[in-house]
Amino acid sequence: MTDTAASAASVPMVLADGVSKSFGSNEVLKSISLEVKRGEVMCLVGPSGSGKSTFLRLINHLEILSAGRLSVDGDLVGYREHGGKLYELKPKEAAMQRRDIGMVFQRFNLFPHMTALENVMEAPIRVKGQSKAEVRKRALDLLARVGLAERADYYPAHLSGGQQQRVAIARALAMDPKLMLFDEPTSALDPELVGEVLDVMKELATSGMTMIVVTHEMGFAREVADSLVFMDGGVVVESGDPRDVLSNPQHERTKAFLSKVL
Amino acid sequence: MSDDERRPEPIKAIKLKHPWRNVLAVVLILIVALVVIDAAQRPAFDWPAVGKYVFDRRISQAALVTLELTVLSMAIAIVLGILLAVMRLSPNPVVKSVAWVYLWIFRGTPIYVQLTFWGLIAVIYQSIDIGVPFTEPWASFETKNVISVFWIAVIGLALNEAAYMAEIVRAGLLSVDRGQEEAATALGMSWSQTMLRVVIPQSMRIIIPPTGNEVISMLKTTSLVTAVPFGLDLYNRARDISAETFNPIPLLIVASLWYLLFTSILMVGQYFLEKRFARGVGDRRPDKGAGPTGTLPVVGAGQPTVIAPVPSESTEAGGHR
Repeated sequence: MTDTAASAASVPMVLADGVSKSFGSNEVLKSISLEVKRGEVMCLVGPSGSGKSTFLRLINHLEILSAGRLSVDGDLVGYREHGGKLYELKPKEAAMQRRDIGMVFQRFNLFPHMTALENVMEAPIRVKGQSKAEVRKRALDLLARVGLAERADYYPAHLSGGQQQRVAIARALAMDPKLMLFDEPTSALDPELVGEVLDVMKELATSGMTMIVVTHEMGFAREVADSLVFMDGGVVVESGDPRDVLSNPQHERTKAFLSKVL
Repeated sequence: MSDDERRPEPIKAIKLKHPWRNVLAVVLILIVALVVIDAAQRPAFDWPAVGKYVFDRRISQAALVTLELTVLSMAIAIVLGILLAVMRLSPNPVVKSVAWVYLWIFRGTPIYVQLTFWGLIAVIYQSIDIGVPFTEPWASFETKNVISVFWIAVIGLALNEAAYMAEIVRAGLLSVDRGQEEAATALGMSWSQTMLRVVIPQSMRIIIPPTGNEVISMLKTTSLVTAVPFGLDLYNRARDISAETFNPIPLLIVASLWYLLFTSILMVGQYFLEKRFARGVGDRRPDKGAGPTGTLPVVGAGQPTVIAPVPSESTEAGGHR
């Protein structure tokens, strides 16, 4: 027992080995290899079209990778390996994998026909089959955690962008994920609303959640992230401690990009 | 300078007059009045006969049959339409093509022809056999004993309508943002859960108004079931009666009154359905007061189905925020 527990702790949360993705003849990701440890907060930065969001979507199997290996918590994403061959997972098995991975989108993607509370309660009830009363209590706790206890009965249309994004984070947390993916969570927000979402993410990072964040918020990367990966043209150009990379970029492309965003 | 001194004078301008609007309104009212007075006095309309037949038992029973035809055929058409819409959106090319061919045939031929065709079904397929094809059937029924003219009419109407419903449902499904499906998938919801809980409820807002149209249209199309031939619906009963009385005009009015009554009821029903599926899109707020940003209090606040304006005290509460 202790043996398996020890080995489980040493398995990285996300392990990408030569991950590539093409849409037709357009190669979006070219052999990405990286590792995200348990409890690590990794920021992915880079110009638009550099493949950051695609990489995030591969981890959640919203896109299918073309080459390489990608595993989350030791399990291959989207495939099962058996006798040296890869088998595509059935939709049900893929859904099982996604349960444990929370995702927050740039455009929030809250369900507009449900209140904030119903948005948070939906997946635990439908997917995990937990009891309604129990889920409701936990959903209210989660909404309180993101500072929206009073807005539980509001429909998304009546919430500001920042509030919607915080509900979206609570909705993802309701599934007790072991990994949280953030796809430019503050890019669609008015500047004065960015802070409230970043605060919730900081709190989440402090609580030990493993997070991969695609972002343009260099302040957040510097302050919260354990590692920073700079991507451009589908490859990892530079990675390392965010403070080092941001203050002393080694690569010309990193320097050029940072000079525009900092 | 104080605020009072700086405040500009309210504008006191002489209102622009629209004399032709008034003239047009008067002319229209006169025309309508003339038509009504003329119709009331014209003997051919035979209003006493209208009054006599409007609550005639045969007519009210026929009205019920028309309603049954409408409800049953629409219910089948909606289910079949959803199925066809999902088939058309399927990644499987065979499934997609089958749905397309169905639409091509049923939208491309007149409903009257189709109904006549289904009426002849017992001639084309004289018996219904149950069993393994090309072997001795386990059971065999004569088609004309199994299926009544009423059900042939229902199915004939439904099969035609399904083709139109499929397009309406497809438009509705496509109107839902792709991000919704993605968010549901990312939460681990299955395809069917995503459809039933996320995509379909949102597409209803797009689907209901044209479906309401289709129901009203179907109510009137039922008068074509005479092609089957099935003659117990409202219009055909009215024709039968007038064939005996040699007085068709009042009975046409009677039938029209009943059709109008039903369409009016359907329109009210549609209004409430639209309200129901506008959840989260309208301007209703759960707290009856001003919104999170302290904007104007919203008219129509309150419980989802309440359409009354905001009570005055909540307007005041809104002002304090």
